[in-house]
Amino acid sequence: MRGKISRVAGPVVTAEGISPRMYDVVLVGEMKLMGEVIKLVGDKTVIQVYEDTSGIRPGEEVVDTGAPLQVELGPGLLSSIYDGVQRPLPVLRDKQGDFVSRGVTAPGLDRTKKWKFKPTVKKGDDLHGGMVVGEVPEGNIVHKIMLPPNAKGKVVRISEGDFTIEEIIGELDSGHKIMMLQKWAVRKSRPYVEKLLPDIPLVTGQRVLDMLFPLAKGGTAAIPGGFGTGKTVTSQQLSKWSDAQIVVYVGCGERGNEMTEVLTTFPELEDPKSGKPLMGRTILIANTSNMPVAAREASVYTGITVAEYYRDMGYDVSLMADSTSRWAEAMREISSRLEEMPGEEGYPAYLASRLSEFYERCGRVNTLAGPTGSISVIGAVSPSGGDFSEPVTQSTLRIVKVFWALDSKLRERRHFPAINWLTSYSLYSPILEEWYRQNVAEDWNPLRLWAMDNLQKESELQEIVQLVGSDALPDEQRLTLEVARMIREFFLQQSAYHAVDTYSPLRRQYDYMNAIRRYAELAKKALALEVPLEKVISLTVRSDLGKLKFEETIDKDLKSILGEMDRQFSELGV
Amino acid sequence: MVKEYHTISQVAGPLVFVKKTEPISYGELVSISLPDGSTKRGQVLDTSNEVVVVQVFEGTGGINRSSGVKFLGETVKMPVSKDMLGRILSGSGDPLDKGPPIIPEKRLEIIGAAINPYARDNPQEFIQTGISSIDGMNTLVRGQKLPIFSGSGLPHNDIALQIARQAKVLGEKEEFAVVFAAMGITSEEAQYFMKDFERTGALKRAVVFLNLADDPAIERLLTPKLALTTAEYLAFDLGMHVLVILTDITNYCEALRQIGAAREEVPARRGYPGYMYTDLAGMYERAGRIKDKAGSITQFPILSMPGDDITHPIPDLTGYITEGQIVASRELHRQGIYPPVAVERSLSRLMGQGIGPGRTREDHRAVSDQLYAAYAEGRDLRGLVAIVGKEALSDRDRNFLNFAESFEDRFIRQAKDEDRTIDQTLDLGWELLSVLPIDSLTKIDRKFIEKYHPANKKK
Repeated sequence: MRGKISRVAGPVVTAEGISPRMYDVVLVGEMKLMGEVIKLVGDKTVIQVYEDTSGIRPGEEVVDTGAPLQVELGPGLLSSIYDGVQRPLPVLRDKQGDFVSRGVTAPGLDRTKKWKFKPTVKKGDDLHGGMVVGEVPEGNIVHKIMLPPNAKGKVVRISEGDFTIEEIIGELDSGHKIMMLQKWAVRKSRPYVEKLLPDIPLVTGQRVLDMLFPLAKGGTAAIPGGFGTGKTVTSQQLSKWSDAQIVVYVGCGERGNEMTEVLTTFPELEDPKSGKPLMGRTILIANTSNMPVAAREASVYTGITVAEYYRDMGYDVSLMADSTSRWAEAMREISSRLEEMPGEEGYPAYLASRLSEFYERCGRVNTLAGPTGSISVIGAVSPSGGDFSEPVTQSTLRIVKVFWALDSKLRERRHFPAINWLTSYSLYSPILEEWYRQNVAEDWNPLRLWAMDNLQKESELQEIVQLVGSDALPDEQRLTLEVARMIREFFLQQSAYHAVDTYSPLRRQYDYMNAIRRYAELAKKALALEVPLEKVISLTVRSDLGKLKFEETIDKDLKSILGEMDRQFSELGV
Repeated sequence: MVKEYHTISQVAGPLVFVKKTEPISYGELVSISLPDGSTKRGQVLDTSNEVVVVQVFEGTGGINRSSGVKFLGETVKMPVSKDMLGRILSGSGDPLDKGPPIIPEKRLEIIGAAINPYARDNPQEFIQTGISSIDGMNTLVRGQKLPIFSGSGLPHNDIALQIARQAKVLGEKEEFAVVFAAMGITSEEAQYFMKDFERTGALKRAVVFLNLADDPAIERLLTPKLALTTAEYLAFDLGMHVLVILTDITNYCEALRQIGAAREEVPARRGYPGYMYTDLAGMYERAGRIKDKAGSITQFPILSMPGDDITHPIPDLTGYITEGQIVASRELHRQGIYPPVAVERSLSRLMGQGIGPGRTREDHRAVSDQLYAAYAEGRDLRGLVAIVGKEALSDRDRNFLNFAESFEDRFIRQAKDEDRTIDQTLDLGWELLSVLPIDSLTKIDRKFIEKYHPANKKK
C-alpha cells in the first residue's frame, strides 16, 4: 500500500493514505528509508525512521511492507557485526564506503554462501514446530537447523549436501518447504516449552563475580555505574571469558572506538574452553551513539531475538547489552517527539514495562527441540550523574536478580573491577550452592561467607580507624584489617589487561581464597602466642601470596605456598 | 528561481513559523530577507503541509511578518579547501581576517554521517603531550576524544594550549594541524588563544572558527559542525593528523536548551533536551581513525562544569561518550600547582591500547597503577591526619602521606613550557615510589621491580 508524507520532524514522520498495522515496517520517501509504525491517529500514521531524515519533504511516497521488523535467522550469524536493524556493517562498508549513509538495504545473511547440511531426520518422521531437522557446522559450534515454530507434519523428503540458506532442503506432508533461513519479528519472543530454575552458574573467571556475586545460566544481572567505573571493561571481560557457548554483544548507543576494540581483540583471543577464536562464538550488534536513534531502540530486540534462536538449539547464550540506559534514552527521545505525556525525568511512562518485557525473554528453558538452553542477560546501566536512584537503574533493579554495583570511589584508587562488595548482591547464591559444592569444593560456601564476613567487619572497623587511627586498635582487630586488605588487593582486584590474571578458573579462585584463610588462621594463633603483629605481617609469604597471581605458575605456587606458610609460622612458634 | 514567501505566522525566540508553502524538505537551508535589506540564515526543524518551522542561526531580531523567506533547496553545506589552513573564520564559516574568500574544493554536508564501526581503525599511537599527569597516568592516543572538565577560573586554556604546542607522536616529524572552534567564549579568551597560536607559529597550520560571547547563541549549534566537517576533510581527504579543540561545550549545550525551550519540547534533566546525548555524540563521535586512511582526528573538548559539579548533565553525558576525561582540580590550583590535573578523577579509556612495549615502555601500566593506588592511599590519610595528627600514624602510613605530597609537588607540577619525555615521566614515577617499602608495591610485577626500581638500578 502506498501513501504520502504529511510531516517530518527529525526521526518522526507522519504519513497519510496508508493503513498499516502497529510496528509494521514502512519505506519512507524517495530514498526508501526504513521506518516502523509507532502510532495510528485517525487516518494518520506516525513512523519512527531508522535513518537521518534530512532532505525528506511532505508529499513524498510512503510504502507499507505489510510485515513487522524481522531478523533473519540461520547459519552465518556467528562472527558477524550488524547495525541495530541487522544490516551487516562490512557489506555496508563495501556498498557505501567508510561512512554509513542512507537508504541502503542489505540482507542480514549471505545469500550465496553454501553450507554443508546433514539431516538428522528421515523420510516419514513426524515433526512438530521447533524440532531439529539437521546440522550445519558454523563457527565454534554445530548449528542446528530447526523447523519454524509454526510448522509441522511428516517428512516427505530431506536432502544432504551443500545448500544456500534459501534453497529447499526438504518438505513436509503439510506442504511446508524446509530451508535453512527463518525470519522472526523482533518484538515477539520465540516460544519454548517451559522455564526452569536457574541452578547452574555462568562461570566468568572473574573472582569477585564467581566467588561473591555469582550469576546463574539463564539469569539476569545489571551493572550500573557512573562513567569510567568500568562497565564496558566488565561487559567485555564477561563476553570474553564467560562459559556460554554463544555470546551476543549489543553495543547500544556506545562509542565507535569501543566496538573497534572488540572487533580487533576478539579474533586474536581464544575461547578458554574450546581453544578456538572467540569471534567464532560471538555476534556483535553495533549501533554507536551517533547512529540513528530509532535503530538504537531496535538494536536490543534484534540482539535478544538472535540469542533466543541459538537458545532454541539447546545452547547457553549470554547477551551483554551495553548500555540499557542508552536504549531507555532512545525511547525517551522518540516518546518526546511524539509529544507523549512523560513520566519521571522525561522518560515515557512505559519505561518499566518495556524493561521487564525485555529481561523476561531470558531464562533457562526446555526448548521445543527438546534439550535445555539458556539466555543470561547482563545489562550495563549508565545512571545519569552516577546516581542510582534515577528511573532506569531503579526500574532495572526491580527485575534483575544480580546487582554488580560499580563504585567511583574504588575506581579512584584503581581497585578494578570496581565492584562494591558491600552494596552488590546476588539472589542466586543459595540456589547455586549445591553446584559449587559438587563441582569445586565441599566448603566453597563457608569460604565465601568467611570472606564476606571479613569484609563486613573491615568496614565497621574503618569507621573507628577514621577517628582514632589504626594504631589505637588491639592487634586482633588490626589483623582483621590486614586480612581484609589481602582479600581486597590479592583476591578481589583482578587486572583485565594482564595475560595471567585476566581469567581465573574456579579451582584457582578457591585455592587462592583458601590460602588467605589459612594465613588468617595461623596469624590468629600467632597473636594468641603473643607474637607481635608486625612480625606476622612482615612474613615474606604474605607479600608472595599477593604477587603470585601474576605468575604463569600460579596453580603450582598456590599448592606450594601452603607448606611455606606453615614453615614460616612455625619459626614464629606456631 | 527560488520562491520567496511572506507568510510568517509566528516568531518565537529563535524560531520562525512559515505557513502555506510548497513541500519543503527537513533540514533545508533557509534565507530570510529583512525589511532593512539584511539577510539571515536558518534551517528547517519541522515541516508539514500546513506549517514549516525554521531555526534562525543569527537570532530573530529585526524579523517582522512581512520578511521574505526563501527555501534554498539544499541542506547546510560547508565549503572546504586546503587553503583554509591559517585562516580565521566566523562561527558560521565566513572569513573574519580580511583575507580573500575561500575557493572551495568541495562542499560537504555539515551533519557528518557516522563512521561505520567496521571501517574504524583501532586508535593506538601514543601521543606524547609532555605533561606527566597525562602521559603517565591518563595517556592520550591518536584518534581519541578526551575532554577537559574544568571550572570557571581554572587554567584549562593553558592546558589545552600546552597540549596543542607539545603534542607529538614519537618517531614522527609531522606536526598536528589544529582546528579550533570557539563557542560563546569572550573575545579576551579568544585573543589569548590567537596570540599563542601566532607566537608559536601554530596559526599557519590551524583553522580557527570564532563564535564569541556576543554572537548569536544559535550560531553556536553550527560552529562545531563546521569545524568538524573541516577537520574530516583535512584528515580523511588530505591525510593530515588533526587536533580539534572545542571550547566551551557548556555554551553549546545552553544554546541547545534554548532551542528546545523555544520549541516547547518536554525537557529531560535540568531543562536540557532529551536528545542532548545523541546531539553531543554526533559531535564527539566524529573523532577517530579510519582503516587505510592516513589521517586522524583527535578531539579536545573543553567544558566548564557549572558549580564544579561533575554530575551536571553536560559533563555527565559527555563523560559517557568520550573516551575518558581530564578533570581540573580547584584544590590543586589553590595550592599553586600547575597543571592542576586531578589524576584520581581523570581517566583515559584508550590508555591500555597506547602504552606498553613498543609504544611507551613495558612497565608503564604497572607504574601508573601503583602511582594511582599509592596516591589514593596517601590522600585518604590526610583526612585522618586532620583529626589525630601526623604523630599518631604508623611508619607505613607516614610513608604514604609523604608520597602523596611529593607526587603532587614533583610529578603533577610542571612548568607551562616543560616538555617531559615519557621516559622522564616514568623514571620520575619510580623515583617517587622508591620512598615506599618494596613489599607495598603490590601492583608491579617482580621482574619490573628488579629492572627499574632505583634500589636495584644502583647495584
